[in-house]
Amino acid sequence: MAMATAHPNVRTPARWQDYLQLLKPRVMSLVVFTAFTGLVCAGRPLHPVLAAVAILCIAVGAGASAALNMWYDADIDAKMRRTRGRPLPAGRVQGADALALGVVLSLFSVMLMGMALNWLAAGLLAFTILFYAVVYTAWLKRSTAQNIVIGGLAGSLPPVIGWAAAAGATPLNAWLLCAIIFMWTPPHFWALSLYASDDYARAGVPMMPVVAGARATRRQILIYSLLFAPLCVAPAFTGLGGAAYLAVSVLGGLVFLILAFRLHRSRAGESADPRTDDHGLYGVREGARDARNLFAFSILYLTLLFATLLVEHLAGWAPLELVR
Amino acid sequence: MSDPRREGEAERKARRGRNLALAIGLALFVLLVFVVTLVRLGGNVAQRPF
Repeated sequence: MAMATAHPNVRTPARWQDYLQLLKPRVMSLVVFTAFTGLVCAGRPLHPVLAAVAILCIAVGAGASAALNMWYDADIDAKMRRTRGRPLPAGRVQGADALALGVVLSLFSVMLMGMALNWLAAGLLAFTILFYAVVYTAWLKRSTAQNIVIGGLAGSLPPVIGWAAAAGATPLNAWLLCAIIFMWTPPHFWALSLYASDDYARAGVPMMPVVAGARATRRQILIYSLLFAPLCVAPAFTGLGGAAYLAVSVLGGLVFLILAFRLHRSRAGESADPRTDDHGLYGVREGARDARNLFAFSILYLTLLFATLLVEHLAGWAPLELVR
Repeated sequence: MSDPRREGEAERKARRGRNLALAIGLALFVLLVFVVTLVRLGGNVAQRPF
C-alpha cells in the first residue's frame, strides 16, 4: 500500500488542530446540514439530546471516514496542489495515527448511534463509512472514471441516516433526498475537475476529464444535469416539499440547466496549462469560468434546496398535495 | 514516538495540547453517555406500567 511509505519522517510536531483537519470539518458541515434536514423531515418527535447525539454521531462518522481517506490517499494528496498541505503529506501527522483516529472514531460513532438511537441508523452509518473508505477510496478512486458517480453514494446517505435516527425507518422520501445528492455529485465534481484536471492527472487519478477528455466530461455534466433538475422538483409531488420548495427547486433548476448548457458550449478544460494553473479553487483561467460558475452554483443550489425543506418543516408549513 | 526527555519546547507544547484535547474529548464522551442514559432511562421509567 502506498500510504505506508509516503512520508516516513514527521518533520514538525503534531498539534491537536492537525488531527481536527484530518476530519475535513468543511465537508463535515455539509454532511451535518443534510443529515439534520433528513432528521427534521422525518417528522417524528425526538428528544433534543438524542437528536443532537444523532447529528454528532453522523458528523464524527463522516470525520472518521475522512481520516481513513487521508490515510490511504497520502501519496495522491502529496502530488496535488489542492491537497499537498494536508497533515499527512505535509509530514505533520504519521499515517498510523491517522488510521487509528479513523478506526476509533468509526467504532465510537456507530456504537453510540446504535445505543442512543437505533441500530438501523447505526447500520446505515457503518455502511456509509465503509463504503467511502473501502469502496470509494481504496477501490474506485484509482481504478475508474466513474469513481465519483458510484462513490457519491457515501455523500448521499446522511439524510437517510438522519431520517432513520428519528423515525427508525427509511421511507421513499428519505431515499429521494439521497437520490438528489447522488445525482448532484457528478456535475458538481466534474465541473471542479474541468479546471483542476492537471492536478488529478499528475496524481494519476482517473477523473473523467483525464480519461475521457474535456468535451466528453461537459457532455456527461449536461446529461446528469438534465436528470438532476427534474429530480429536485420531485419532493414537491411526494408530500415532502411545500410551495416554497417548489419555487426554489424550479427556479434554481432552471439556472442550473442554463449554466450546464453554457458549460457544454464552452471550451472549459481544454486549455489546461499546469505552468499557469495556480489559481486555487475559485480563481480560474478565463476559459474555465463556465465550469467554475456551475461548480459554485451547484453548492448554492443544494444548500437552498435543503434549507427550504428545513424551514418548511420547522415552521410547520404544509407540504403540497399535488399527487394523492 | 519522541522521547519526552529530549524533546524541545515546541514538541512539549504540541504534546501537551494533544493530551489536553484527548482528555477533554474523553470527558465529554463520558458525560454524553451519562446524559443519554438518563434520557433513555427517563423515558422508559415514565412509560412503565404500575
